[in-house]
Amino acid sequence: MALDNDTVRNIARLARLDVPDNQLEKYSGELSSILDLVAQMEAVDTEGVEPMTHPFDATLRMRADEVSEQNNRENFQAVAPNTENGLYLVPKVID
Amino acid sequence: MTITTLAELSANLRNGKVSSVELTKEYLDRIESSEHNAFISVTSDQALKSALAADKQRSSEDNSSALLGVPIAQKDIFCIEGTRTTCGSKILENFVAPYTATVVQNMHNSGIVTLGKTNMDEFAMGSSNETSYFGDVKNPWSSRQAGGSKGNLVPGGSSGGSAAAVSAGLTPAATGTDTGGSIRQPAAFCNLTGVKPSYGRCSRYGMIAFASSLDQAGPMTHTAEDAALLLNTMAGFDIKDSTSLDVPSEDFTRDLGASINDLTIGLPSEFFGDGLDNDVAVLIENAIKEYEKLGAKIKEISLPNSHLALPSYYVIAPAEASSNLSRFDGVRYGLRAEQYTDLVDMYTQTRTQGFGDEVKRRIMIGAYALSSGYYDAYYAQAQKLRRLISNDFTNAFKECDVIMGPTTPSPAFASGSRSDDPVSMYLNDIYTIPVNLAGLPAASIPAGFTQNGLPAGLHLITPYLSESKLLNIAHQYQLVTDWHRQSPLTTRGNA
Repeated sequence: MALDNDTVRNIARLARLDVPDNQLEKYSGELSSILDLVAQMEAVDTEGVEPMTHPFDATLRMRADEVSEQNNRENFQAVAPNTENGLYLVPKVID
Repeated sequence: MTITTLAELSANLRNGKVSSVELTKEYLDRIESSEHNAFISVTSDQALKSALAADKQRSSEDNSSALLGVPIAQKDIFCIEGTRTTCGSKILENFVAPYTATVVQNMHNSGIVTLGKTNMDEFAMGSSNETSYFGDVKNPWSSRQAGGSKGNLVPGGSSGGSAAAVSAGLTPAATGTDTGGSIRQPAAFCNLTGVKPSYGRCSRYGMIAFASSLDQAGPMTHTAEDAALLLNTMAGFDIKDSTSLDVPSEDFTRDLGASINDLTIGLPSEFFGDGLDNDVAVLIENAIKEYEKLGAKIKEISLPNSHLALPSYYVIAPAEASSNLSRFDGVRYGLRAEQYTDLVDMYTQTRTQGFGDEVKRRIMIGAYALSSGYYDAYYAQAQKLRRLISNDFTNAFKECDVIMGPTTPSPAFASGSRSDDPVSMYLNDIYTIPVNLAGLPAASIPAGFTQNGLPAGLHLITPYLSESKLLNIAHQYQLVTDWHRQSPLTTRGNA
């Protein structure tokens, strides 16, 4: 299936990626060829087949409600692009 | 030239023939003078400190672990506290991990010395190591090509740096990760033994996530015996990984030496069809004959849904990747774009500048597959196909103990020859991907050389949690063949 430029733009927006106009054709071609590969799935009748999310069909483990993590804020924030007083700084969102 | 195994190094260290410091220095020197671009970071200072500590521990304790003081390399997907961890991406170019992956911690607790971090496809997405932000890796077998071509070959991927490093003798072993074939395919391309354990055997904590329901760490070594030794130190239940398997720890060397004369080998017709290189097909047939000489019986089997593995994988893996990689937004770690207008633009500019083309493609496919209105047609359908593919294996193992075939459809290919066409690159993993979808253990072992002098891999797949049997099946072949002992000419002398 061929994706049109508007669809590629929309996917890029959802993924928070910028695809410049002069690369839209390239991306739509490449993404379409991947979707062509994937399209073989459509022909398979999967009525009644249970989706497999985990090889052992395991569900999430519960753990005891006790402290397991120490406070590592300074350590973790040392690798952040911009922090102040223990907070992550980002561009202003609300005026 | 011959190979140096972990088992030999372990014995030499135990007998006092060599110290860990001497060994570590030797490998660091080799890395320093190598031209394969196999490493992104070399951690010389830390390695020598660990080696010194290992030597001290050996002199003060009688019962030290088998791999105490043995140096190895870690794929740069594993976080190590205080060490740069890039995952092959510009977005993590300067990321110094604040904690250590459980798998690495387990190895360090056994006294293993980390030499450095190996090159890889960006976020483990690739089959040639060409998507790395840190440049292509040279397959050490490039120089062994017969005929006219002397250009560089790819080492495979995504664990291409690990494969090249072991193959070139820059480290006796390395870790890898395998989401769709990323341990087994480079092992096949570089004449190594590569093992993908059952899903959940090795903790994913601190291993940068690509597709969480498929990702699994494993050893890349010269021999099956070495793989068993290394897996012993890597595997184990981890409370910090919600999908870690809570099973008793075991000794993966315990079956090495058991007879395989009652073994039944299943050969799926689907793994020997169109697209398989003739030379590789002949080598695999010869390897099967070798097993018959050892007493194994052959059974024709079928995995009728295996043609659906690639389509299913290229929905599930990108969908999970698009979700996992949403964390790279320039807020908490990694790159932040220098110029932006507002918060959303900061995310967008950071990600656009920080990710390479293949990662962007996969994130976008994933975002599309998970977007409103498409979920059932893509992700849910892919997971149903995953069930059918898994059921195929369950049925096949009623008739055989191990499934064999080629690891890859072709030997290593020339750098740049497939990087323009994503789908042709994906076909590299056509035999390995079904195993990840089912979560089974599998290995690739050296099976000989094509007429052009390039290595080919034999793919072995066994039932869940049967790694020790799998490793012995590989080991028995290595006892009667010496393909795995062959080394490319660029390798320097023994340690």
